[in-house]
Parts: sequence; C-alpha cells; structure tokens
Amino acid sequence: MSTASSARMTTADTTEAPLLQVRDLHVEFRTREGVAKAVNGVNYSVSAGETLAILGESGSGKSVSSQAVMGILDSPPGFITGGEILFKGRDLLTVGREDRRKIRGAQMAMVFQDALSALNPVLTVGYQLGEMFRTHKGTSRKDAKTKAVELMERVGIPGARERVNQYPHQFSGGMRQRVMIAMALALEPDLIIADEPTTALDVTVQAQVMELLADLQREYNMGLILITHDLGVVADVADKIAVMYAGRIVETAPVHELYARPAHPYTKGLLESIPRLDQKGRDLFAIKGLPPNLVRIPAGCAFNPRCPMAQEICRAEVPPLFAVTEADGAELAGRGSACHFWKETLHG
Amino acid sequence: MPDQNTDPADDPMGTEVHSAFATPTPNLASMESEQLVEREQLEPEDPEDKDNLEDRDDRQRERARSLWQDAWRDLRGNWIFWVSSLVIVFLVIVAIWPGLFTSTSPLACNLSNSLQGSSSAHPFGTDNQGCDIYSRTLHGARASITVGFFATIGSVLVGAVLGGLAGFFGGWWDAILSRITDIFFGIPLLLGAMVFLTAIDSHSVWIVVAFLVILGWPQIARIARGSVITAKQQDYVTAARALGAGNSRLMLRHILPNAVAPIIVVGTIALGSYISLEATLSFLGVGLAPPTVSWGIDLSNAVQVFRNAPGTLFYPAAALSITVLAFIMLGDAVREALDPKLR
Amino acid sequence: MGRYVIRRLLQMIPVFIGTTFLIFYMVYALGDPVNAMFAGKAVDPAVAAQIRHQLWLDRPLWEQYLHYMGNIFQGNFGTAYNGEEVTTLMGTAFPNTLKLTTVAFSIECVLGILLGVFSGLKRGRFVDTLVLILTLLVISIPVFVIGLVAQYFIAVKWHIVDPSVAYGSPWQDLILPGAVLASVSLAYVARLTRTSVAENVRADYVRTAVAKGLPRRRVVTNHLLRNSLIPVVTFLGTDLGALMGGALVTERIFNIQGVGYYLYQGILQQNSPTVVGFVTILVIVYLVANLLVDLLYAVLDPRIRYA
Repeated sequence: MSTASSARMTTADTTEAPLLQVRDLHVEFRTREGVAKAVNGVNYSVSAGETLAILGESGSGKSVSSQAVMGILDSPPGFITGGEILFKGRDLLTVGREDRRKIRGAQMAMVFQDALSALNPVLTVGYQLGEMFRTHKGTSRKDAKTKAVELMERVGIPGARERVNQYPHQFSGGMRQRVMIAMALALEPDLIIADEPTTALDVTVQAQVMELLADLQREYNMGLILITHDLGVVADVADKIAVMYAGRIVETAPVHELYARPAHPYTKGLLESIPRLDQKGRDLFAIKGLPPNLVRIPAGCAFNPRCPMAQEICRAEVPPLFAVTEADGAELAGRGSACHFWKETLHG
Repeated sequence: MPDQNTDPADDPMGTEVHSAFATPTPNLASMESEQLVEREQLEPEDPEDKDNLEDRDDRQRERARSLWQDAWRDLRGNWIFWVSSLVIVFLVIVAIWPGLFTSTSPLACNLSNSLQGSSSAHPFGTDNQGCDIYSRTLHGARASITVGFFATIGSVLVGAVLGGLAGFFGGWWDAILSRITDIFFGIPLLLGAMVFLTAIDSHSVWIVVAFLVILGWPQIARIARGSVITAKQQDYVTAARALGAGNSRLMLRHILPNAVAPIIVVGTIALGSYISLEATLSFLGVGLAPPTVSWGIDLSNAVQVFRNAPGTLFYPAAALSITVLAFIMLGDAVREALDPKLR
Repeated sequence: MGRYVIRRLLQMIPVFIGTTFLIFYMVYALGDPVNAMFAGKAVDPAVAAQIRHQLWLDRPLWEQYLHYMGNIFQGNFGTAYNGEEVTTLMGTAFPNTLKLTTVAFSIECVLGILLGVFSGLKRGRFVDTLVLILTLLVISIPVFVIGLVAQYFIAVKWHIVDPSVAYGSPWQDLILPGAVLASVSLAYVARLTRTSVAENVRADYVRTAVAKGLPRRRVVTNHLLRNSLIPVVTFLGTDLGALMGGALVTERIFNIQGVGYYLYQGILQQNSPTVVGFVTILVIVYLVANLLVDLLYAVLDPRIRYA
C-alpha cells in the first residue's frame, strides 16, 4: 500500500542508511471491548542527528508506536501484529529478548512524560542514574555514582554532588525531567525517543528542557524522535514531522513546509486551531467531532466523519500516503499526504 | 507527606522549608501553622460560586455513580460474586429460620445416642452429648452470623468515622485519634479476649460482639484514615475544594464514595474473620457458652472426640469455613470490581 | 531520620501507658484476688484488709497502676499468689513462645512473600489461581481446626513428628506448630504481596526500568519488589500481635508450656500479677516490633522519611 511512498520518503536520506526505519508497523490491543487497532501500517525513518516529530492527539498511536520501537509495549494486551523495525539495519522484531534488552538504554533510550511517576520513588536519583552504567557496563557502585554526578552536571542540575543522594520527590518538575534526560543520555545512545517530554512542565521550564534536549542531540549527533501533541514545541527543534491519526501517518513533511502549506485537512485543522494573536476577537477554529474509537475505525479514510472535504471516495477507500508535488509536478522532498484530495488541500 | 502540588522551587532549601510545614511532629509552632494553612484551604471561598459548585457537584456525583455502575457491570458478569451472594443469602435464611430445614431441636440431646454415625434420624450423626449434628449445624448459623454481622457493622461504623475524621482533618485530631488507635492496636485480639471475656460472667452473643467491636475498630480506622488521606490528595478533591466545597460536602460527595471501597472490602473480609474468631474464642473457653448454639461451641466440644467421630468436627467446621469463604470471596469480587487498576 | 525516630519514640509513650492501663483495668475488674487466694473460703475481715493493704488493693486504681509500673521498671514483676516470682514464670514461658513465634514469623515471611511475588507476576495464570484458592481455604478455616487436623494426620496418624512439643521446645519440634501458627498470616501475606506486585507491575517506574534495559531479575527485585513490599512490611509488623495471640491457641493444641499456658493458668486462678506481668511484656514486645517496622518503613520509603 504505502511502501512505494515510504521508499520515496526515505530517498532523501539514502546518502547514508537511516538509523531507524519503521516499516508497515501494526500494533493492536486485545481488550474486553474488542481489538483496538492502535497502529495500522506506520512507516517512518530517522537518521543520526535528525529530529523527527510525531504529532497527534492522544489515541492516535504515536506513543504506542514508539513503545513498540523501544520494546516496552505492555503485552498483553498489546501485540505487534506486523511490520519491521530496522535499527542500524537489524530488524528488532527478530532479535532475541536478551539482545533486545542490551540495546534498550544503551543504544536507544527513552524520556518519559511524567518524571515523577517514571522515576522510582524509593531509590535515589544517583542510584537510578548509576544503574545504567552498572548494568550495561559493569561499572562499580562508586564509579557509577561519580558518573551520575557528571551526568547531572551535564544536564544543568545545580549542586549535583549533593543532590545525587536525593530522591525524585525532592526535585522540582523541571529538574526531575532533566534527571530523566540525563538517564536517557547516560550511555550516549544513538537514538532517543522523547514521549511528550515537556507536557507536564511549566511553559518557561518547557523551553529550557526542550533546548537542553536539542543541544544534547546536536552535540552527540543522536537521532531524536519527539512525540508530542503540541505544535508549538515542534517548530523550533524538529527537522521533519509525521502527523498521526487513528494509528496511521496522515502527513509527512519537513517542519517549515508543513506549517506553511499543510497537505492534509487534519493537519490544516490542527494548525488553524492554534490560537494566534492576529486572530484576536474571532472564534477559535476547532475540528468538529471526536477522534474515532480504535475498536471501530471508520471505513475508508479514518478522518472522513470529521473532514470538511469528505467525498464518496473517502468513505470507500483508504488513501495511501501520496507523494506530494507542486502544482507543476515539481518534486517536494520528503512530503507525503494520505488524503485523496491532497492537491486541493495544498493548492486550493 | 509533602504536598506535590506546591513544590515551590528548584533549590533544596525549598523542599526543606516545605517539609517543616507538613511534619506532624510534636512541634507546636509547625503544627499550628499547618492547621492554619489547612483551615484556610478548607473554608468555602466564596458563596457566589454556588452555581458553579452545584454544577461541579453534579459531575462529581456522576463520576461517583459511574464508578459504582462500572463496578456493578463488572460484578454482574462475575460468577464468584453470584455464588458467594447466593451462599450468603442462603446462610442468612438458615440463620433466621433454621426450622425450615430441620424439625429436630439442637437441644434435644440423648446421651445414650452419643457419637453415632450418620443415620436417617441423624444425617450427620450425633455428638458426644447425643445431640443431632445436622440440627446443631443449622441452628449454629444464627449465633455465628449474628456475631459476624453486628461486630462488622459496629467496628466499621466506629472505625470509619474516627479514622475518616482523623484522615480528613489531620493535625491534632489525627495525632490523638492515631494514638488511641495505637492503644487498642497494642492489645493483640486473642490476648485481650482472654483477659476481657474472663472478666465478664455473661457469655451472650452481644458481649462477644461488643468485645470484637472494641478491639476490632482500630483496624478499620487505619484503613479509613489511609484511604481518606489518599482520596483527599486526588486532583478532583483539590478542584472541588478550590471551587468552594465545604468540609461536609467534600467528605460526603467527593471523598466518601472513593474512600469507601477499601472499607467495604476490609469489612467483608473482617466479617469472615470475626466468625472464625468467635469459634476460636469458644475453643479457648472464653467465647459463647451453652445453651447458645454456635459452630464455635460445637467445634470446641469436638476437640476431645473428633479422632473417633470426625463428623463432630467436620460438619461445623465445613459450615463455618463455607461462610467465611463466601464473605471473603464476596469482598474480593467487590474489590476487583471497584479497583479499576486491577482490571 | 533522627527526628523521625525521636518522634516515634515519643509517640510510643502514651500508647504504652494507655495499653498497659487498659490491661491493668481489665484484669482488676476480674474480681477480688483475696477471695481467689482463699478459694472462696470465709476469710477473717481483718486479715483480708491487711492483705489488701499489703498488695495496695485498698488504693485507687491509678495509684495501684503507678505503684505496679514503678516496680516493673525496677525489674520487679511481683509474686504470683502461690508464692512464685512472676519473673521466674516468665523465664520458663517466654523462651518457648519466642521460639514458636520466630519459627512462625520466618515461615510467614519467606513462604508468604515468595508465593505472593510468584502469583503476582503470573497474574491470571494457573499458579496464580492455585495460590489464590489455597490461601482462601487457609484463611477460611479457623486456626485451631487446622492445628488439630494437622496434628492428627501428621503426628498421630503418620508419625512424622511428635504430637506434642518436648520440654524445652527444641526447634525441630516447633516446625509443625510454627507452620500452623503461621498459616493464616502466611495466606494474608501472600495475597497482599500478590495484589501489591500486580498493582505495581504496570507502574510507570517499572516501565522506565524496562526501558533502561535492566535485566528482568533486576527490574523485579530492585524496582518492583522494593516498592511492592512496603505495605507488606507494615502488615508483617501489625501481624506480630496476631501471631502472639495465635500462639495461645497453638500452644494449647501442641501442649507447649509458653506464655499462653501460664496466662491461661493465671486467668483461671484470677492471679493478677501474673496476667498483668505477662501481658505487659507482650505489649512491650509488640510496641517495639511495631517501632522497628515503622523505622524499616522509613528506610524503605524515603517519602515518609523526609515528610
């Protein structure tokens, strides 16, 4: 279905093989209410030093797909039912459990949303940081602590030497998130997946944490997958964006092009629902309706019940990820839209 | 417990200052200020918010209702719930009208008939006094279930109210009530029973109930205190409080429906253990005494003879265990239904 | 931490006073010890009055209590009415009960936690269901019935062990009584551990630990168990009281001359010094155990320690 377009998408990166390539990934949750299809054939790739933002509402499958990549999907009820996850050319879905574990944390690491609950409340921050070195590198307890202090200094936690023995609840939200980032960074992985890393934070702190993440990524030339529902967070740091809806990628584009000229009605709706100063006084735009129930995804394009442009074809055929071009047919690198009417959306 | 919502700053000093407020140490200054802070938060802020409040309240009620509705939906499909409920209903019927199932009197004993095996006249045989075990087992339900029910109701009422208040108000209330709980907790149940029940001549059902309530309520109080504190810290309670909900409103509408689940669960399980305890007290010779008919009395009578007549021990023990089991399983089913985390 | 310890110690004082006074009050409500001494025979009122005076029985209850407690703190637990020092009785009784409780507590901790962790990790599987059913059965049968039946089959019928415990309570004799005493608590510990583990297994920090690439064993022991066992430890502390109470029953069944035996004798003979003395010691043991558990709790959960 969309293999052609995904191949097309990755041509931009063919100078060197992408770090991570997700191909036609399917994940479903088998619940009491039925089978929820959380991820339905997702394709994306990230290269070293590149930042991919995955944008979507809750339930769009953005977190689930990244958990599948990390190998931390709750199973049951979650099951990967198809696809490939190529990391440095190796399909992670065929790698044995023990090898997979060794990759986690060392070569790919994750930053979670709510650091307060994601950090173990009864262990010191230093212990939890040091654990990375102790389990993956066999570092001694003492050296691990020294490294933990270095890491905390690296991510800008003041008084690291004293605070290394404190517990997560003794840190403020921003500092806790820095600890999370330090933990992900510990073994200098090639890929970091940040799942809503700033959602739980104050706006001022959000910017600092985002900046830290971006700086570190540049410095260590890591691939970064940034999962978020916040368009504002993405703009400054991401290179390219994949917009997800009901378990599919509906649009991909380099970040600034997506903001300037969305090629999918859903993206367009999202952009229009951002409050802007020049709109003062007018009603805020909102996409009508609710995200679909993943147990009963609408036939055809999943967005069709909410789409202002929906036609007969949208209810009948699932749109593949079309390669998006200029009106004159000129190629737009890295752009794709899963809309039957992308031309109308983009140019109309 | 430090209040996470107001974690003030990044510096370690911030947390230290903060923790001084949250410490219920016998430090008068800090306690007083803590109470002040708390009272300020507790007072209804603005009567004008009434409309808003009602609105919020409705939603809250809906939330609570849907919790119970969810639980009910869950329970309806759970066979354990139905089996244990049926057993309990049956036991209650037996307890109220034992005559429906047997015409033999449990006290019509004939020593010349003692320790007989099962026969058509005595389906479960007879005990060492020559009493009909079948009849005694049926009639014993009343005493055991009465003890279980009323001891539970009593200790849940006392425990939930005192523990809940301690958890809700904190401060001095909590300190004093917690110490009182500790005092009663300091006396192991069976130990207290030996001392207390020998001191009293009467061995009626109500004395045993009173005793179980006196030494049983602290357990419920601790649970209630804990769950109220947990519920109090939930965001929606903070929200309701910010919207000006008064103390009684907070307690009845917001905290109670969510704190009550663990109490119900512990209560049902306690009911089972009280029934079991009544038997143990009889075994120790300080519980119910004849002419009351109870499983405990029959079991302790069976101690001397069960090696030759297993029925004397088996039937009352089976009846008692099934009863206890039914209540525990009911409690378990309810807990699973009420606790969405376990789903 | 130091402040926490001091606070807990201070809190213990009113509890100790309250509990012992309650016991004191109950025992003295037992009846007239002078009558008991003379086994209900008519006594010369003058002699009775003199004895009462010697025993401080003519004072108000609180004075008696203070007097008694004052003596206790000088190591003087008084004399039983038959002339024996209460401390001598304690010397015979407590080692036996202590050994029995130790055996039971060890069985409870080790087996209970193991079963609970195992079934919590395998939630919904066969092992889990089996553990749940077995523990339910154990909880629903009164301990003394379990004890009697176990004694009958294991000792009397199959001759695996002796039906009653030999003088001096050798450890191997205490395994069966200890297991019986532990049975119900063990079942509770297993169920509590199971619930706690099953709840924590989906916690965010466990997911983080997995994402860190920690080996499964480390995730379970260092992260999952560390948190899941906190409520279990609290339960174990409060359960010591139940064990000491349950020891009364077990001692009766297996004929162990421990605290239960002497306490029972004391109560039958309305021998107040024995009863109050024994119960006071038990209460102290219980309170200290609870203190230790609380401290352990603070060690395990830093959120308490720094609160």
